Amino acid sequence: MNPAVSVRGLRKSYGDVEAVKGVDFEVAPGEVFGFLGPNGAGKTTTISMLCTLVTPTGGAAAVGGHDVVTQRDDVRRNIGLVFQDPTLDGYLTAEQNLRFHAELYGVPKTVLADRLRQVLEMVGLWDRKESRVSTFSGGMKRRLEIARGLLHSPKVLFLDEPTVGLDPQTRAAIWGYITRLRHTEDITIFMTTHYMDEAEYCDRIAIIDHGEIVVVDSPEALKASVGKDRVQIQTGDDERAIAALQDRFGIEAAVHEGQVTFAVASGEEFVPRLFADLGMPIKSVSVSRPSLDDVFMSYTGSTIRDAESGSAGNQWMRAMARGR
Amino acid sequence: MATDVVQVTVPRSTGGHHVRAVKVVLHRELLRFVNDRTRMVTMLIQPVLWLFVMGTGLGTLVRGSIPGIDFRTFMYPGMISMTVITTAMFSAGSIVWDREFGFLREMLVAPVSRGAIVVGKCLGGAVVATCQGVVILALAGLVGVPYSPVLIVTLLAEMFLAAFTITAFGVTIAARMKNMQSFFGIMQMAIMPMIFLSGSMFPLANLPSWLHVLTTINPLTYAVDPMRQAVFGYLTVPAQVDAMLNPGISWFGNRLPVALEVGLVAVVGAVLLGVAVAQFRRTD
Repeated sequence: MNPAVSVRGLRKSYGDVEAVKGVDFEVAPGEVFGFLGPNGAGKTTTISMLCTLVTPTGGAAAVGGHDVVTQRDDVRRNIGLVFQDPTLDGYLTAEQNLRFHAELYGVPKTVLADRLRQVLEMVGLWDRKESRVSTFSGGMKRRLEIARGLLHSPKVLFLDEPTVGLDPQTRAAIWGYITRLRHTEDITIFMTTHYMDEAEYCDRIAIIDHGEIVVVDSPEALKASVGKDRVQIQTGDDERAIAALQDRFGIEAAVHEGQVTFAVASGEEFVPRLFADLGMPIKSVSVSRPSLDDVFMSYTGSTIRDAESGSAGNQWMRAMARGR
Repeated sequence: MATDVVQVTVPRSTGGHHVRAVKVVLHRELLRFVNDRTRMVTMLIQPVLWLFVMGTGLGTLVRGSIPGIDFRTFMYPGMISMTVITTAMFSAGSIVWDREFGFLREMLVAPVSRGAIVVGKCLGGAVVATCQGVVILALAGLVGVPYSPVLIVTLLAEMFLAAFTITAFGVTIAARMKNMQSFFGIMQMAIMPMIFLSGSMFPLANLPSWLHVLTTINPLTYAVDPMRQAVFGYLTVPAQVDAMLNPGISWFGNRLPVALEVGLVAVVGAVLLGVAVAQFRRTD
């Protein structure tokens, strides 16, 4: 089967600044593919080139088998877009916004009513279809945008930071729709995010940093590639436990979240040895796989939050952290 | 669940698809106009003030020199054009609004030509401005202009053409604007002198030569004059007064026929439309 998205040596410069420095990847049909990286890493620029909104400086990209430069209208017909910023007309009702979209995309009139109902019901806005969009909350607007992006049955749905700025409940709901979509529609999903926990929903993730793809793989494979699990134990005497770990296993441990925490390769196999050889009672033990935070750290040498430092949002976050 | 999915197949672009796009952009302009009552009212206040306050005030001053006609009757076609012009400019400005609020992006990523979107926008501005002009048209009786069906149809057609050209002009300006403030700044700068120099407020006869040159190169003059000539065609005015208030436009001493004036407005409108489309075709 032909790839849904294929990208070769794609570049974009703005003057002297290289926003995207030659990226290569392919997305298979039906896949949920995520671009993970800090703000300013080149995620939105790449997605804009794939959506034909920005002309590449170099390289080539095809979406649904159509070239993004030479066959722009063919690409546009086959994609749905949900941007970071809202693109709805607040003066119109939800239904009017969708009808406008249907006309622009030439959705056949015979199927429009059914399809309209289907996408609105999917995002739980059918009973609000006659309300003006300006009366909607941020979460409702994003849901409506997702419905609109799906209205013309696109082959590829592009979601640029689909849950940024939303409350946890709405975020969960949106992920609910996305995971359901994979079963109900014949669709490929391409998304960008800088939330680690959301990247987990993807089949494969590309980690992008400073305009380059650092690695592409499934979340499981990426986490396995870090090689070490996180082990946390509770003991009667943490000081003694840390010393014992150092003496008997040569492991550096520290107290995190009130527990003695350390990293070790294949944690589950390590646990029996720990009980046999630590030489002191252990109240509880937990072993967890590395998180995508650990993955990002190991591939780029910094956490995603450090990589973003300098942007306004993060100054705020750091100020919050200092205040605590 | 997977069984009852309605699959949509979006057809390849055809002429009909572009017509559909033009229609929906136009439709949206109308919906927004109908939903925005405040805008409708505020757009009417200015010409009504000019007509009934300034017109009455100035009228008492000049009454002696223009026997047989109310000065407000003279101002009437000018005020129709003023209403149409400001409304059309405002419609064009909504492109900047759409850009600021993101909706423009929804239109620009659709698989339709930019031309269809710009044409829809200009037609929308023209229809909305014409509707607004109808309200002023309804006031004709108050300033002594007869309600003749032919006159009304003529004025409607001329209003529509003027509004289309002005919207196209506004869209060429709006194409590169990032926020409403700068658009309205530019718009004031361009529109005020154009209205002053168009013959909508004072007659263009016996002007000093520098002012005469400026009024002749002002494209709006060619939109206002046909409306004035249409209105004066239905009035009985002494020849001397007619020459003063309704001198028409002359090039090197030859008076231009109305058809040529209207043709000029149409050509300017078409050129501006082309420029607007070209501006929207450019991508980053």
